[in-house]
Amino acid sequence: MTTSRDIERYAGLFAARTKVMRSSAMRDLMAVTTRPEVISLAGGLPDTSTFPPDTFAAVTQRIAAESCAKALQYGPTEGLAETRDCIAEVMGAEGMSVDPDDLLVTTGGQQVLDLVTKTLVDPGDVVIAEGPTYPGAVPVFSAYQAEVVQIEMDAHGMRVDLLEQTLDRLECRPKFIYTVPTFQNPGGVTMSLARRRRLVEIAHERELLVLEDNPYGLLRYEGDPLPPLYALDHGGLAQAPGRAASGFVMYLGTFSKILSPGIRLGWVAAPGPVLEKINLGKQSTDLCTSTLSQLMVQAYFERASWRDYVSSLVEIYRARRDTMLDALAEHFPPQAEWTRPGGGLFVWATLPDFIDTSDLLARALRDNVAFVPGESAYLDGRGRSSMRLNFSASSGEAIREGIRRIGEAVSEQVRLYGTLTGAESASRRSAPAGASGADVLPMPTPAERRRRAGGDP
Amino acid sequence: MTRIAVLKGGRSLERQVSLRSGARVEDALARLGHEVVPIDAGLDLIRRLRAAAPDLAFIAMHGRDGEDGTVQELLEILDVPYTGSGVLACTRAMDKVLAKGLMVEAGIPTPEFFAFSETAFRELGAAEALPAIEERLDFPIVVKPSSGGSALGIKFARTAADVPASLVAAFSYDSRVLLERHVAGRDLAVSILDGRSLPVVEAVPREEEFYDFEARYEIGRTDFVCPAELTTGVAERAHELAIRVWELLGLSGFARIDLMLAEDGELTVLEANAIPGLTDTSLLPMAAETDGIGFDELIGMIVELAPRPAAY
Repeated sequence: MTTSRDIERYAGLFAARTKVMRSSAMRDLMAVTTRPEVISLAGGLPDTSTFPPDTFAAVTQRIAAESCAKALQYGPTEGLAETRDCIAEVMGAEGMSVDPDDLLVTTGGQQVLDLVTKTLVDPGDVVIAEGPTYPGAVPVFSAYQAEVVQIEMDAHGMRVDLLEQTLDRLECRPKFIYTVPTFQNPGGVTMSLARRRRLVEIAHERELLVLEDNPYGLLRYEGDPLPPLYALDHGGLAQAPGRAASGFVMYLGTFSKILSPGIRLGWVAAPGPVLEKINLGKQSTDLCTSTLSQLMVQAYFERASWRDYVSSLVEIYRARRDTMLDALAEHFPPQAEWTRPGGGLFVWATLPDFIDTSDLLARALRDNVAFVPGESAYLDGRGRSSMRLNFSASSGEAIREGIRRIGEAVSEQVRLYGTLTGAESASRRSAPAGASGADVLPMPTPAERRRRAGGDP
Repeated sequence: MTRIAVLKGGRSLERQVSLRSGARVEDALARLGHEVVPIDAGLDLIRRLRAAAPDLAFIAMHGRDGEDGTVQELLEILDVPYTGSGVLACTRAMDKVLAKGLMVEAGIPTPEFFAFSETAFRELGAAEALPAIEERLDFPIVVKPSSGGSALGIKFARTAADVPASLVAAFSYDSRVLLERHVAGRDLAVSILDGRSLPVVEAVPREEEFYDFEARYEIGRTDFVCPAELTTGVAERAHELAIRVWELLGLSGFARIDLMLAEDGELTVLEANAIPGLTDTSLLPMAAETDGIGFDELIGMIVELAPRPAAY
């Protein structure tokens, strides 16, 4: 039997890095969001009910018939050659040309984040990320005791000018720059071509590694694709004098959003010396990625058109995004602003700064609806007035109803604040949320944050 | 052997903690030789209770529904005996405004406070009374929802400008909130088992300025000292106050009373918890252990103490 005393005894054995690995009040709140009656706009789940069961059956049948022993066996750490060929095909679809030898197959994209951080970061090293950043990256950076510096974004992605200022100011060289340039999670915005070019130039000028996380690039609902940083790094940019021959962009890809997150299959492309270290890191973590999953991908790519499936997802998600944007316009009060993603899975909404979205979540859960409070996308307590809304995992009807309920709760709080302060249409946000204002990704300024009431830093 | 339904989880914001409490209780009950029926309280609660036909329900739920008398009421209707306090005592303990009001009436010291409903602001212009309250309580003022055993929704307003947003936050959790004088000092908890107070636990936050929701349940963020290092006089006074609150609210079985020991040595009662946590890091099991009562024994005693349903 474990007693509280025993637990305290174990506490003395925990590594220092576990001090930052803790569950949070918000995560405890999230436990309620999994209840069946809750409309959850909180998850980041693709809709796997869209995958044809017949195809799944045929794929597994074929593996059983043709490569049973292989599927049940360990595989090479870098992944099966067949799988890496499939990955090269997927990257090719986004304009990247990659040598399969530069690839390592991982257990989901999340493992790439873990392995890259494990390979590069000592405690106290600086990692640069976007603000807001992928909430799932936060615990990874924390676990390796990285100092994370978050660079603000606007409608065109990371403010690369602010990045340069930050790099000038920093006293040490960051170990890498983490970015989700296309349909960012959670921001929903996409980095402009000019900024992409400049970012890759900066990486070369300053010899900095960039980790490009691109789970959503193929889920584009409008407009023309932009070249991934990896493509710009590998021959896409005009050869500048003195430019290094090997690249500085590491690329993270995943089958989670274009096929299935359940198969846990991702990959990383990186410069040779870095990839070698990552390979060693993976050996100690899990030896190899599931052979069964890798063969499933290979069999699926041979049997069916993965591009057709992605096209069907794009149709479904586009309609759901439109539903969410329409519902936001109808039900959110004028003091709210939100992004209009051209792809991906998320909308990022920002409310007046007197609303704390973690508290709002508690209120929303009473009405059986959930979202991710913005706080989880920052490491420094920012984002408290923002929220991430997912539109891929719910039906149009659920999205409309969910947004209506959240909108009602927000309106209620806006009115209450107005009553409390004597200003009926209370808003501290100066920019109106018109068509143009809605395209930006507003972040609280430090001065605004200081004015905020609220729990504690 | 007794068939015991362990009620846990539910829709409360403290669901996660409750699931942990429930799991520990289930293990202990099984070791004690009982037949355990775990039930995550949801829409099918009544149906599952009827199907299980337990001899007893062990309520390991915290916060809304489990700790506020709701589930207790349902069990009364179903004629299923249950652990802990009855409907009325739960209702009184969960409602901080009511509990503190009763304490004031009984002469039990509790930090000065003012309570408001949302309608007071919406329909009666209560906002105009805020400056007078702020002057009376001094900053920082603690703003908290009336219900809820955890620190969720509790805010510190450091200046008048912080008060409106703090109120908006607290109203996210309850339609009634209170503004309370902040007492700086030491966090004490007195657990009570069958009307007897157990050794005092002191929670010493390691870094945070505020003893927050997370720290309560996490290892390594708060040091718990049991028995707390107190003078005999202060310890006795803490026990006395806790027992008076226990009796005042009509609690039974087990409970935890939270107090503050101010720098000037004054003790005040913050709140009473009808179903305190039973997790690995919870204070009641810790106090019991210090008193020589192991976890299994504690759970066994709580089961033994469960009354037969009675009129209330």
